[in-house]
Parts: sequence; structure tokens; C-alpha cells
Amino acid sequence: MALKIVKGSIDRMFDKNLQDLVRGIRNHKEDEAKYISTCIDEIKQELKQDNIAVKANAVCKLTYLQMLGYDVSWAAFNIVEVMSSSKFTYKRIGYLAASQCFHESTDVIMLTTNQIRKDLSSPNQYDTGVALTGLSCFVTPDLARDLANDIMTLMSHTKPYIRKKAVLIMYKVFLKYPESLRPAFPRLKEKLEDPDPGVQSAAVNVICELARRNPKNYLSLAPLFFKLMTSSTNNWVLIKIIKLFGALTPLEPRLGKKLIEPLTNLIHSTSAMSLLYECVNTVIAVLISLSSGMPNHSASIQLCVQKLRILIEDSDQNLKYLGLLAMSKILKTHPKSVQSHKDLILQCLDDKDESIRLRALDLLYGMVSKKNLMEIVKKLMLHVDKAEGTTYRDELLTKIIDICSQSNYQYITNFEWYISILVELTRLEGTRHGHLIASQMLDVAIRVKAIRAFAVAQMATLLDNAHLLTGNTQRNGICEVLYAAAWICGEFSEHLEEPMATLEAMLRPKVATLPGHIQAVYVQNAAKLFATVLRGQEGAPADSTVAQETSQLLIDRLPLFVQSSNLEVQERASCILQLVKYIQKLQQKDVEVAEEVTALFAGELNPVAPKAQKKVPVPEGLDLDVWINEPPSGSESEDEGRKSKGKAVFAKDESRHTKPRYTEVDEKELAKRREVRKAEQANNPFYIKASPSSQKVYQDGVGVEHIPVVQIDLSVPLKVPGMPMSDQYVKLEEERRERNKADKKKKKDKKKREKGEKGRRRRGDSGPESEEDITPAHMVDIVTEEMPENALPSDDDDKDPNDPHKALNIDLDKPLADSEKKLPVRSHRPDEVLKSPMEDRQVVEVVPEPKKKTGKEKKEKKDRKKSKEKKKKHKQEEEEDLMGAGSEEPVQPEETKEVAAPPPASTPEAAAAPASTPRTASGMAAVAPDSEPEEAKDTEPEETKSSTHKKKKQKKEKKKKKHHHNHSDGAGDESVQNGTVEEEEPLPPMSNYALLAENSYIKMMKQDADKVCDIQGNLQDGSQVVVSVIFENKCDSFIKSMEFNVLDSLNSKLQRPDGAGPHDGLIVPFQLPPGISNEARFIFSVQNIVMPQKLKGTLTFIVKTDDSSTHEKLDFKLHFTCTSYLITTPCYSDAYSKLLESGDLKGCSLKLEGVNQPFHHLLARICFHHHFSVVERIDSCASMYSRSIQGHHMCLLVKTADQTVSIDAKCDEPGLLGNVLDEIKLTFSQC
Amino acid sequence: MIKAILIFNNHGKPRLSKFYEHYSEDTEQQIIRETFHLVSKRDENVCNFLEGGMLIGGSENKLIYRHYATLYFVFCVDSSESGLGILDLIQVFVETLDKCFENVCELDLIFHVDKVHNILAEMVMGGMVLETNMNEIITQVDAQNKMEKSEAGIAGAPARAVSAVKNMNLPEMPRNINIGDISIKVPNLPSFK
Repeated sequence: MALKIVKGSIDRMFDKNLQDLVRGIRNHKEDEAKYISTCIDEIKQELKQDNIAVKANAVCKLTYLQMLGYDVSWAAFNIVEVMSSSKFTYKRIGYLAASQCFHESTDVIMLTTNQIRKDLSSPNQYDTGVALTGLSCFVTPDLARDLANDIMTLMSHTKPYIRKKAVLIMYKVFLKYPESLRPAFPRLKEKLEDPDPGVQSAAVNVICELARRNPKNYLSLAPLFFKLMTSSTNNWVLIKIIKLFGALTPLEPRLGKKLIEPLTNLIHSTSAMSLLYECVNTVIAVLISLSSGMPNHSASIQLCVQKLRILIEDSDQNLKYLGLLAMSKILKTHPKSVQSHKDLILQCLDDKDESIRLRALDLLYGMVSKKNLMEIVKKLMLHVDKAEGTTYRDELLTKIIDICSQSNYQYITNFEWYISILVELTRLEGTRHGHLIASQMLDVAIRVKAIRAFAVAQMATLLDNAHLLTGNTQRNGICEVLYAAAWICGEFSEHLEEPMATLEAMLRPKVATLPGHIQAVYVQNAAKLFATVLRGQEGAPADSTVAQETSQLLIDRLPLFVQSSNLEVQERASCILQLVKYIQKLQQKDVEVAEEVTALFAGELNPVAPKAQKKVPVPEGLDLDVWINEPPSGSESEDEGRKSKGKAVFAKDESRHTKPRYTEVDEKELAKRREVRKAEQANNPFYIKASPSSQKVYQDGVGVEHIPVVQIDLSVPLKVPGMPMSDQYVKLEEERRERNKADKKKKKDKKKREKGEKGRRRRGDSGPESEEDITPAHMVDIVTEEMPENALPSDDDDKDPNDPHKALNIDLDKPLADSEKKLPVRSHRPDEVLKSPMEDRQVVEVVPEPKKKTGKEKKEKKDRKKSKEKKKKHKQEEEEDLMGAGSEEPVQPEETKEVAAPPPASTPEAAAAPASTPRTASGMAAVAPDSEPEEAKDTEPEETKSSTHKKKKQKKEKKKKKHHHNHSDGAGDESVQNGTVEEEEPLPPMSNYALLAENSYIKMMKQDADKVCDIQGNLQDGSQVVVSVIFENKCDSFIKSMEFNVLDSLNSKLQRPDGAGPHDGLIVPFQLPPGISNEARFIFSVQNIVMPQKLKGTLTFIVKTDDSSTHEKLDFKLHFTCTSYLITTPCYSDAYSKLLESGDLKGCSLKLEGVNQPFHHLLARICFHHHFSVVERIDSCASMYSRSIQGHHMCLLVKTADQTVSIDAKCDEPGLLGNVLDEIKLTFSQC
Repeated sequence: MIKAILIFNNHGKPRLSKFYEHYSEDTEQQIIRETFHLVSKRDENVCNFLEGGMLIGGSENKLIYRHYATLYFVFCVDSSESGLGILDLIQVFVETLDKCFENVCELDLIFHVDKVHNILAEMVMGGMVLETNMNEIITQVDAQNKMEKSEAGIAGAPARAVSAVKNMNLPEMPRNINIGDISIKVPNLPSFK
């Protein structure tokens, strides 16, 4: 044995360390993946070893592999082991690994609470430091809650190194556990004036982060910060404070006025660019907040703009970038002062740096006016041509459209120009923004009535040259434009010069290669066009054959679409085909049909405001979330698919506008809107009826020919004609303006323009002086968007409901009530024990809130006194800490014992789900909070023990035992320890440990077999059950050489190490001094889990007294109940109901009479003893779920009335179910 | 808040990755790739700010990076951080590395990523700037290294000997590898303080 150990330590020297691993990977460039997988196998072997150094080395390598993208979560438990090493070297490795790969759903995190608490109170500041650093990366709500008090204590640690870390981490704690903010805040505020600059900076940092999200709660700190700002010399601190002021000023204009002066001084005095920049930024924020009230700050504005200009002109690209960024902020309120630097900004557009160009583009958005729009856009169009990257080009494209369409097309004087710009933009290859262009075309054509004729002409050309747009690639986004073109040509076909030609173009076979939703629009609009064409032809005295030929054209071409694989296209095409056939029949009988056909498409579509649909008020008594008819399961997705297809056709451009808004809504919201949309569609006729005034029948427009159409330059035949047109417009426009100026005096400017609700800015306040001189080229009638009647003007759609900072919106100025002095203690909430982990967490965070607020109105003075006292107490505690920590068992801060939660492993969650996954169960037993990982390992039977650790361990055994009990009787334990709050009667203590056997020497307690499928992670075929046994030495002698043996049955076998015979006993890996107990775990493999099992076993051991030793034995019976094969598995109600619906489960029921315990106790008992979890609870009825280790589902429905409990149960294995029910019955008969 | 700190070389090989929010390993790699893609195609003399990639947080976040010899140091930060301040922090970080490794080069980072992590941990904690004073950082790092050494003590001696032997016997001593042998030249930038 000794030889083995020596050999092991020599082997270890040749183990691969991190450097070897890296070197190896570099030497295996070709088969890196293969090499790494062998390395991972090695690491797995190393992790199985007993030696912590080997483990730490393995974990260190894993951390590296994690960086390369390998999932190492399987080693989470080993990481915890390494974290709990007593050596700093290994501890640091462990914490680093944890900080890299632990996260909220890592289940072993809940095992770390005590270890972290111990490290936090370690006498070695670096142990504490490492723990804080690690914790900052993986803190969970549970950890935050359990450790908040310890960290708060550390905020007043003697060493600034710890203080600053503790202060910083409080931010993370607040985020995860908002209740801690109020109690911790006074101390955090204190730290703002800490003598150590590092701590001060950390406190500023935390408060700034907090204040950024909920500024109004921190206004009262402004004087303190003001003092800091004028006294501090640390630029980091200054920057943070100044940034914070930027967030505060909008809320308190008086603060802004006070700030201007010191900030201006700083701007003049500082040499640090970063500080200067932040000062400028905050001054801008101040000015923005003041702009409404006091316009008299032009000096400050000038100063800012001046400084920014210096930044922009600087050769350092970073300063240039930031200068532009800040400039855009000024632009919003003081556009005039920025507009004078237009030259500089246009210059930046030519910069080689894309980031800078993008910023300059942003600025342009605000700099356009009626006067310079065309010029600026022309310049941008040049850039579009030059741009290399598609992303930048796309960005340009969106910016052009943004600039032109802003404020309801406020700056566009000539829509013909705009349409031709849009048409030019369609020439861009590979753009993603076909949609955007299309929606602009639709929007303009619909809303600007005067432009329709021109737009239609342009669109007709586009349609005619469709092959140019679709030519290169199928997935070309630009073909979306054809959607708009086809719709415009169809809808406003009365403006078409040659409708027949366009009709022909729309029915070309090539159209069939377009995406389905576009084809559908083609088909539909071809029908509209057909109507127009018919009317033209019938109106003319020519012979009727022409009209019949038109019909024939459709009849010839439409079958192609009827065959389309796209349902929408198919449906529309076949419908229209039949219609046309019928029309042709009529035509052959010389019936005039044009009138009637046109009537099919009569009526005008009005533009609808993007938000209109959302604003339709829900009638009283209508619950949109309720299904009208219970849906057949599974049909939903299909339903949705159909709808989304429909949307493309019905929703037209409105849906486009709203698209970006809809991306963030949650499921529920979507469902709600779906309902609204449904209702809307159903009511569609009503919708049109609502505005009868705007109804216009097409027949009114006689003689399509008379509509003037601008002559299109067709000089370049194979390009989309009209390309260079926008340039012509610029020239024309200039001429026109000249002319206008000349006869300006004669004409009176009689612009009358209706503005849409969307208009964010009134025209007067932003345009340059000469704005009024420019009249639009032709009268534009911008149709207002429609909003539903009695729509609510609210505008609160853009809030993110998932923002974690919402919870931190807590009033901090209210004095702390007595009850709040200390961190809220987790109160006893029996119901919680029953809930699935998810619900549970919510409850933990929500429930304490109202309770806290009720008893809040208390006297301030008393509070202050108390807090002082408390401070003193803290100091004392710290000293105690330091003293106590010298000994082997660190003393935990007293405060935690009195106040804070009981040991975290006994949280309700832990009790409710002793094994949310099998692994945690094993982990819980293995890592007793204070145990060294070596010991944890020791408890596994196959391990040989290393005697070096013996002594230490024995010292701790007593303590350890206590902790084990904590684990096992979580719920009960809580009620005992936590005497502070008791709102409901507590649950009786429950323990899973049962007496196994006892004699005068030794007592064996068996835990009700907590189950584990596997320990080391290699999934085998059979199922495994782990039995934890506590051995307690009752006599005065030393007990050693314990051997645990069980007579295997056919069904269940004790797992023995390789090479051991089937009848050999297992050596219990520890010895027991008098009065000590320890726990060992044994693994059994079980084949059939339907029946309960009883196994006979013997424990042999040697009792050693001073002079002699005797051999003793103890017989026992191990009882495996069926319950012990169940694993607490959370289940959610939807999955649960699906399971029940599936019909695979067989039922069985049970009635218990005379049960007089509260329902929640009852549930808790079932959860605890029988490993169920509550799915849903409604009054005195609850559904519960559990799963066996072999995957059987088990569902319970528990109802109670008048001391009678009825349990309806379902399971896919009736035998197992029967036995479990019997056991449940037994549990209740015993109490 | 700092959302992530990435160091990768000119070929996009990660040398250190520190995410202060959780992402799956695959997403992390994707983020590194995307960031590399964004950063590497930029010229040397353009600005060091970059609109964030799609993956980390989106538009609210910025990438702030510096390029030293063969390595890119990239910080992904949100709007509460001062851009120029972070640039300076990167400089402090690199200077600290330079002091701790004595003429730091890419190979130091390759073989001692754990040490780099430890140094970083003294500067940034949980996404918040902890310390910007280089001397303070070095003091703390040194003190911890000393502790580590004293813990290894005599027991560590054989292991050290073996690793020395290993390095002797193997033909490739780290410094002889071609790539990454260029030491990072820390330019003297105008100090921020």
C-alpha cells in the first residue's frame, strides 16, 4: 500500500500539466480534436484519483479546454472539490474554473454555499479575495441570499483589499437578491468616504451602476457626489461621478444648473481627454434637460461644440469618433449649433474608418433640411456606389431612407425625386433591405396621392425589367421590391399608360421563380389590372375580340400559377382563372362585363398607423387570452404557419412598419395580438365601412389616358430606366427654386399640409431660416394614417419586462425600519416546500416584500442608534473571527447564526428537491460543508484511504455529523433553527435517516436510500441506488476495520470493486474513535424496481480498547422501498397534462381516513418521504409528479376534504404504483 | 459594466476569454469568432471603438480593443464605461503583464493563461473595474504568487525539477517557436491619470 502511494506521487510528477497540454495541442495541429479527446480521457482518470494536487492539475487543464470551446460542465463537482481545498494554490485553480464555467443552472452551486462562507471568513485575505472574485462571476439568487450578510460584514473588513472587493460584489448581490439593497445601502454609502481610494472608487462604481438604471432613487446622494467631484483627484472616480450626474440631471434641473460651472472649470483645466470628454457629455445632458426651461446657455453650448470640433479634427481616430458621438447628442436639442459644422461632418463621411463614417451618417440624419436634403442624399448615393462592404452599403441605404422619411417626409419637397431615388436603390446588389425599399414605395404611393401617376409609371418599368432584379441570385432580398411594384401597379392601375403591357409583364413565366408571397401579389394584381384593361377596351368602340384576347391571355398564363407549390398562389390563381373563364364566356355572348369586374376591386385602401391595431381598445368583458373553442392539441403550429402566410398578403405595409417592434414581445403577448388580428380580420368589412367618405369607386376616373405621365428617359435600354433621373431632379429643383424666388412676391405660399401623428418635430423649430422659401414642387396631399376610434394615446410599448434592474427600483431614502436593519431572513413558508423549483424561486423573491413594508413606519432616531450599535458589534465579530480562525474550525460570524438563513443546504428548495438531479443527491452527501474533498472521496467505498488526512478529519467528525442531519431533515431543521419568524405553524421535523441496527458498540442509521443513477458519469445499463449509512460509535473504545457486507439477491447487488468476489465485504473507509459518527455510502445495482426489496447484511468490526481488541459483528436488514427508486423530478403543468392525456398511464387510487394535518404538511410529507414534486396546487387539491430511476412516470392527484385524503395515481408501471401507494399509506398511518 | 474580455491573436486563436455573463461554450466561441472577424479586418490606424457584434448584448454595447504585436485585447463594455478610460485600462493591463512576465510575448499568454487570469482578476471583478493602479495590482499578484510558492515548499521541488527536465529534453522550448515570439512592445502612451 505504502509503495502504491509513493509510486503514485512519482507518477504524478510526470502527469501532464497545463503547459504540457498546451504544448501537446500545438504539436498536434492536424488531429487536434483527437488529441484533446485523449487528453480529456486522461483528465477524467486524474479526476478519479484521490490526490487533490492531481485533481487541481486536471481542473486547471479543463479551464484551458473550456476556453477552446469544450464543455466541461461534467466536471463541475470536481471543481467544487478543488475549490474546497485548504491550499490557496488549489483553491485559486478551483475558483477560476468555477468562475469560467458555473452559471445559474449549474446544480452543484448549491453545494458551495458553506465552502464560500468559510473562505469569506478565512484569516487569509487572499482566500477571501479569491472567493469574492469567483463568486462575482457565478453568484445565484440562492447564494446571494445566503451570503449577503457575510459579504456585508466584509464591507467593513480591516483590509482595504477585501473591502473593495466586498463593495464591488454587492452590486451582483443586489441584482440577484434585491431585498438586500435597502439594508446594505447605508453601509455602501459610508464607503463613498472610505479612506482608501480603491474602496471609494468601488463604492462609486456600484452606486453609479445602480443609479444608471433607477436614477430617481439616488437623487438624494447628489450633494455627496458633488462634494466628491470637487475634491477627488482620481480620474476614474471623477469619470464615474460625472457620468452619474449625466443620468441624474434630467430628473432634477436645479442640479444641472449647479453643475455647469464646476464642469466648465474641469473642461478648461483637465489634461485627460477621457475626463474632458465625459465632462462635455454631461454638460450636454445638462443642457438638454435645461433646454425646455432656460434657453440662455449658448455659451456652454458653444464651448461644447468647440471642444468637440477640436476632438473631431484631431488626428487620433478615437477622439474623432467620440467627438462625433457626442455631437449627435447635441444635435437633438440644438441642431443649429451643429449644422454650422456640416462641412466637417461631410468630410468625415469620406474617412477611411467605417465606425467614423457611421457616426457621421447618424449626424446627417439630424442635419438635413428642405434645402439641403437633395444635396446630402446625392452625396450619400455616391457613397453607396463606392462602398465596398455590403454591411456599410446596407447601412447607407437605411440611412438614406431614414433621412428622407423622417418626420413624415417632412423634408421632401419633390416626391418624384424620392421615388426615383428609391428606384435607383433597387439597383444595389445583395442588399438585405429590399423590404425597406418596398415598404417605402408602398407608403409613398398610398399616402401621397399626387405622386401615384408617377409612381405607377416607375413601377411599371420596374416590373418590365424585373429580370434585372431577380437575375443573379434567387435569395436576393431586392426582389421584395417587385412585391411593392406589382401592388402599386394593380391598385392604382387607372394611372397606367399601357396597362396591357404591364399585365403582360406580370404574367411572364419567369414570375414563377419569385418567392411565393410575391407571386401571390402578382396574381391578385394581375386581376385588378385585367379589370382596368377590360374597361379601357370595352369603352373604346373597337371590336370585342380585343377584350376577349385579353381574357385569353390570362387563361393561357394563369395555369402556371395554379400549379404553384405555394398554397396562397395556387388558391388565388385558380380562383381568378375560373373567374376569367366565366368572364370570357360572358364576353362571347357580347355582354358588357367591365363594370362588374371593376366593382370587384372597388374601394380605396387607407393607410393605417403602425400602432393602430394595437390601440384598438378591448371591449369590456372580452378576454383575449381565453380560447373560444378548446383547440385540438397540435394544430396550433399549423394554424400559425397559415396565418403568417396570410399576413404577407393581407397586412400589406402596415405589418412591415411594425415588424421591428414586434421582435421582443413574449409568447403571451403574441397570442394576444393574434387574437386581436383575428378579430380584426373578421371585422374587415366593418373596417372599410368605417370611413365611407374615403370610399371611391374607380369608375369615376374616366379616361386613363388623360392622366399626365412624366416622360421617362429610355436611353439606356438594358438598365433599369430612369436611373440617372434623381440627378436630373436635383438640377430641375435648383432651377425651379430660382424661378420661385423670382416670382415669390406674386405667389403666396399656401402650403397646407396635414401632418400625421407620427411627426415628432414641428417644422419650424429645426429648419434653417430660408426654409419657408422652398415650396414643394407639386402639391402633396399626405394622407393621414388612420387610428381606430377611441384609441388610447398611451405610449408605453417599449419597456423590457425582463430587465433585472427593475427589481432594484427601491426607495432608498426611506429610513430603515427595525425589521429591515438586518438582511431579511428567509421566513418559513411551508407551501414553498411543495413547489417545483421554478415557482419556488419566484416565491422566494416575491413573498417577503409585502411583509417588510407593513411594519415599516418607525422612529428614525432609534434606528440610527441601533445601526451604530450594530457597527460596533460587527467590529467585535470581526475580531472574534480573526481569533477564532486560528484554530482548525473557523468560527462563523455570530450574526449569521442569529440572523441569517440556516445553512444553505437546508433551504426549502433543497428540501423539496433533495435530488433535483441524481448528481446533486450524491454530491450533497459527499461534500459535507466542512469536509476536505479528500474526505469526501474517502467515503466512497472503492477508495483506499490516505492516512495523512486522518487526524484532521477526526477532529471534524462531530461537526460533520450535524451537517449531515441538516441535509437530511431540511424542512424540519429550518423550523427548529429559525425561530425568528413563524407565520404559520411549522412543519414537524422530518428525517430520512432510519435506524438500521444497533448494539452496545455501534449504531447504524440508514438514510432512506437516496438514489443516484450514476456517480462518476458513465451511464451504464442498470440502475443504481446509493445508500448512505451513518456509523456512530457508542462505546468508549476505538472501532476500526469495519467491513460492510450484504448478501446479494438476484435483483439487487452491492457494487464491489473490481476483482472482489461476490461475497467479499466492503471495507468502510474510516475508523471511529469513541462518540464519533461518520457516514459511508454504498452503491447497489438494482434490476427490477417494481417490488420493494429486503437485503440481509452484516457489519464486522474490531473494538480496540487499551489493552485488547475484540472482533464483533452486527446484523442488519436493508429495506429498499419502492419510494427509494423515485427521483424527485420537477415537472411543469403543461408537460404534466400532456403526460396524462397520452393515455399510457394506468390508474389506481387510495383513500386515507382521519388524516388531520394541514394540507401543506401532507404534501410536504409526500414530497419529502416519497420524492414527489408538486406540479400545481389549487386550494385543497394538488397534482404531483415523480419519476423512477428507470424512467417510469408517476402522477398523483391529491385531494382532501374533512380529514379524508384521496389520492388518485397514475403510472405506466402498475406494480410499482401499487407498492408506492402502500408505502404512502404506511407513512400516514405512522403519524 | 464590462461584459467580456477577450484576447486572441492575429489568427483568431483565443488566448484568454473572460465572460461576465453566462453563455454556452458554443456561443462563446461564436462570439470570439465574430469579434475576431470584426476587429481583424480593421486597419491599424482607425479608431479603437467598434459597434458591438450582434451576439453580446447588441447595440447598447461597444467593443473597445487594442492591437499589440500579435495580439488583440478586446473589451466589450456597455454605455456606463468611458471609452477612453477602458482604452487606458487595456494599456494598464498590458503593462502589468509586461512587468509580471518580463517582456511579455504571446507565448507567455499561451502557456500561462491561468496566471493571466489571476492578474486580470486583480483589475476587473465581475465586470467592474476593481483597480487601475498598476503598482497595487502587481503587489497583490506577487503576494499571491509568493503564497503559492511557500505552499509548494519542498514538496514542490521534485515537480519543479521534473518540469525543468521536461523542458530541457524536449526540442521545442517555448521561446523557440516561431509564431508568437515577437514580444509585445508596450508603447508609451500618454498617461491617462
